Amino acid sequence: MISDLKTFIEREKPHWEDLERELTRVREGIADLSDLAYSRKLLSMFQRASSDLAQIQGYSAEPELKAYLENLVGAGYSEIHSATRSASRFQPVEWLIHTFPQTFRRQIWGFWVSLALTIVGMILGCLLVAFDLQEAREAIYPFPHLVQMTPSERVAREEKPTEEDRLAGAKATFSASLMQNNIGVSFKALAFGMTYGIGTILLLFYNGVVLGAVALDYIADGQTIFLLGWLLPHGSFEIPAILVAGQAGLVIGRAMIGWGTADNLRTRFRLIAPDMATLAGGAAVMLVWAGIVEAFFSQYHAPVLPYSVKITFGSIELVLLFVFLFRSGRAREGGKS
Amino acid sequence: MSHERVSMLTIATPEGVTFSLPLAGPFTRSLAYFIDLAAMLAFFNIFSIVFQMLKLMGDIGMGLTILIQFAFINGACMLSELLWQGKTPGKKVLGLRVIDEHGLKLRPEQVIIRNLLRFVDALPVFYALGGTVALFSSRSQRLGDLAAGTVVVRTIKSTPPDVENLLSGKFNSFRDHPHLESRLRQKVTAEEAQLALQALLRRNELEAEARVRLYEGVASQFREKVQFPEEAIFGLSDEQYVRNVVETVFRKRQ
Repeated sequence: MISDLKTFIEREKPHWEDLERELTRVREGIADLSDLAYSRKLLSMFQRASSDLAQIQGYSAEPELKAYLENLVGAGYSEIHSATRSASRFQPVEWLIHTFPQTFRRQIWGFWVSLALTIVGMILGCLLVAFDLQEAREAIYPFPHLVQMTPSERVAREEKPTEEDRLAGAKATFSASLMQNNIGVSFKALAFGMTYGIGTILLLFYNGVVLGAVALDYIADGQTIFLLGWLLPHGSFEIPAILVAGQAGLVIGRAMIGWGTADNLRTRFRLIAPDMATLAGGAAVMLVWAGIVEAFFSQYHAPVLPYSVKITFGSIELVLLFVFLFRSGRAREGGKS
Repeated sequence: MSHERVSMLTIATPEGVTFSLPLAGPFTRSLAYFIDLAAMLAFFNIFSIVFQMLKLMGDIGMGLTILIQFAFINGACMLSELLWQGKTPGKKVLGLRVIDEHGLKLRPEQVIIRNLLRFVDALPVFYALGGTVALFSSRSQRLGDLAAGTVVVRTIKSTPPDVENLLSGKFNSFRDHPHLESRLRQKVTAEEAQLALQALLRRNELEAEARVRLYEGVASQFREKVQFPEEAIFGLSDEQYVRNVVETVFRKRQ
């Protein structure tokens, strides 16, 4: 117990005010904790305030002083004990070229499961179309034009020479709408991971069903080339992006379940948090590119844009994307290990 | 007097001390969220002219408008928490902020995750799932907080007790009687002195009636210890009497 509160406050208050001032400077980036002499000085000030708090703790007659010191020690603890974390600034290029593909590979199991779920969904979608279930088409096709006309009819309409560009004056709007929609869907796939991954699994599976149904519909109608020319340019980024978002959702789901680890829930989340954020960001970047390609490139068909060009472009994109995802940042990874 | 049950986040530091931060409950957080929504609406209203002008630019402007609106709706809270030390306008108004559940600084990925997972917390309507989870969580965490390892705490702006200002520069009629002051210092125990000091420091927290009763009791206790002459205590209220005693006891002796 402190017998003379006044003397105690008079003696210590200047130190508390110094600490408050220095913490504000650190928070505002004016002071640098990487300066060893400065950080030692700050640590000593923090330890003194901690010691003062320890002295008055349990002394119920000093609630105001206790609240003040708890706040001060809390603020000091936050700044000083967080200083060991990486203080380097976010570097977008470094993050995109190295961190994202490295994270993708670290959590590759999630991608394979995403892909497997999509493939299983595709098989079901193919079966539904193969058995020619009209109700099933209506239920699963996201766009009415896919139900109302056959693939051949649509191809004939798309390839019909017109004086005017259908998307003239609306390409950017269309592109922005696609980005908005696809990024929204991807983030949902990630967020659904909190339902122990069930929501993510259903979303990936449904996506696969739609993809399989549409693909078989076009293939069965002899429109494979159109299908490839239509889907590959933007789909080579859009579909993997949704798989990556699903991968993040499955990583969350696994952390929720706690499969394969003895860590508690909080620790499991703490360990995967950076990976979740990176995968979400990576998927968003991929979808921005897919949105641009879909609006400015995918919607043009032969004779305006030969299918060979579209298919080649889409295939190159796909190969480059997977080379990037599986190879980029490997040297650095090796160096770190 | 209101009685409120406040959950606390208690953190033990390696320095061997513990400190507690009051956690914000689901109700306060909902209010903060409504303020954020209102702020967003205000933003859209204020910038509606800009959006209209962008739309007049044609396709590019329209596309930009869609992207800006999408980015703003999904990213405003995220950006605000990232740049404003865990605060959004709603949280700032209500004195809340997001912190790491271990009392450390927020990491960018924590902010991103807690905001990306809002979608699940908002299910099926009006944050019902997140609110229910927060109600049953010992740290009032919604699902997004749980995944990101964050908590929302109340910010208490506190200052050390201003003892110096309380006692300095005030006239003390006891000073004319140094021998009685010496006797008073001998007779007043440390606990009594602290009690009187606290009564003065927390003066504004007390209701008027309670304050009068408290000072009456404390002053009568001191009056019994030392009898000051009439000219020193004439017209002196109980509160002023206590002030004089505290000033006498805590004053630095020359």
